[in-house]
Amino acid sequence: MKKILFIQRRPPYGTGFAKEALDAILMASAFEQEISLVFTDDGIWQLKTQQDTQAVGLKNFSPTFKALGLYEVKQIYVERLALEQRGLQLQDLSIPVTLLTTEQLRLLIQQHDVILSF
Amino acid sequence: MSILHTVNKSPFVNNALQSCLRLATRSDGILLIEDGVYGGLSHTRFTPELEQALAEFNLYILQPDLTARGIIEQTHPRIQQVDYAGFVELTVLYDKIQAWV
Amino acid sequence: MKFAILINSAPFTYQASDTAYQFCQAALKKGHVIHRVFFYHDAVYIGSNLLCPPQDEPNPSARWQTLARQHGFDLAICIAAALKRGILNEQEAKRYGKLSDNLAPEFKIVGLGQLVEACLSADRLMEFGG
Repeated sequence: MKKILFIQRRPPYGTGFAKEALDAILMASAFEQEISLVFTDDGIWQLKTQQDTQAVGLKNFSPTFKALGLYEVKQIYVERLALEQRGLQLQDLSIPVTLLTTEQLRLLIQQHDVILSF
Repeated sequence: MSILHTVNKSPFVNNALQSCLRLATRSDGILLIEDGVYGGLSHTRFTPELEQALAEFNLYILQPDLTARGIIEQTHPRIQQVDYAGFVELTVLYDKIQAWV
Repeated sequence: MKFAILINSAPFTYQASDTAYQFCQAALKKGHVIHRVFFYHDAVYIGSNLLCPPQDEPNPSARWQTLARQHGFDLAICIAAALKRGILNEQEAKRYGKLSDNLAPEFKIVGLGQLVEACLSADRLMEFGG
């Protein structure tokens, strides 16, 4: 078994990386490996509540994050520093996450076998 | 387990290199490639941060990308220059690779 | 060492797929193995057989085909990313009622599972671009 870490650093909608990364994460969950997901830098914006994409004509994929638990992706982390730098708090996020200090995140990265960054 | 971090963006454009430096561990290697090589130069406003990084990490820079951009003369003397064969060797030397984009 | 390669960026606009190619060439020259090259996001455009770059510039599709053929590794194009962007093999072109297909030889349309499989099988995952 390998420990796979997905690191999300980019916001939604401005580029398509966030959405396609989520597809990869859901696929990876089917392989019964240990999957962890980290949001840092602008990746945190993917979890922001109240996304409404109707006027921009793009699919709102934020509800998909709620499905992560069903796919057994339960180790979801957010770097506290990145959250604070963006003026956000836990209640601004659409799913429950574990907050990590920068040092804890550094350690988490070290503990994984494969790292995929989107 | 040690990590080789690859950074392919200039620090003047986005925060990939800064985030890498924040989240890398002391035993890790950092390889600047593509536009990331602009982060490996002397006499830029990023150079002080670079010199701090040189004290903490093993820094490398992809020489063909320096040559392509005409900036090899400006490369910081303390960064180890590698070619593609050297790049491959680094990926064997370190246990895993993390790309910062 | 066995490598899995993930490429995320479009050809021509970004250098990432060129760096990946140079890396693979160097790795193969040193006797390492490339297990699979997985093209995701805009990198799927490299799988098009319609690329017509100027003669004095490299043809990304052609050179990957040559390298893969010489060394026997997979060129895997993600189906979900490919369909959206109009890179279709014969089967998908028929399924979607398109007039023609455009997947280049040596490239295969595969599911995202092949990316995960590559991560699990290889000693090292190399990610390029984004």
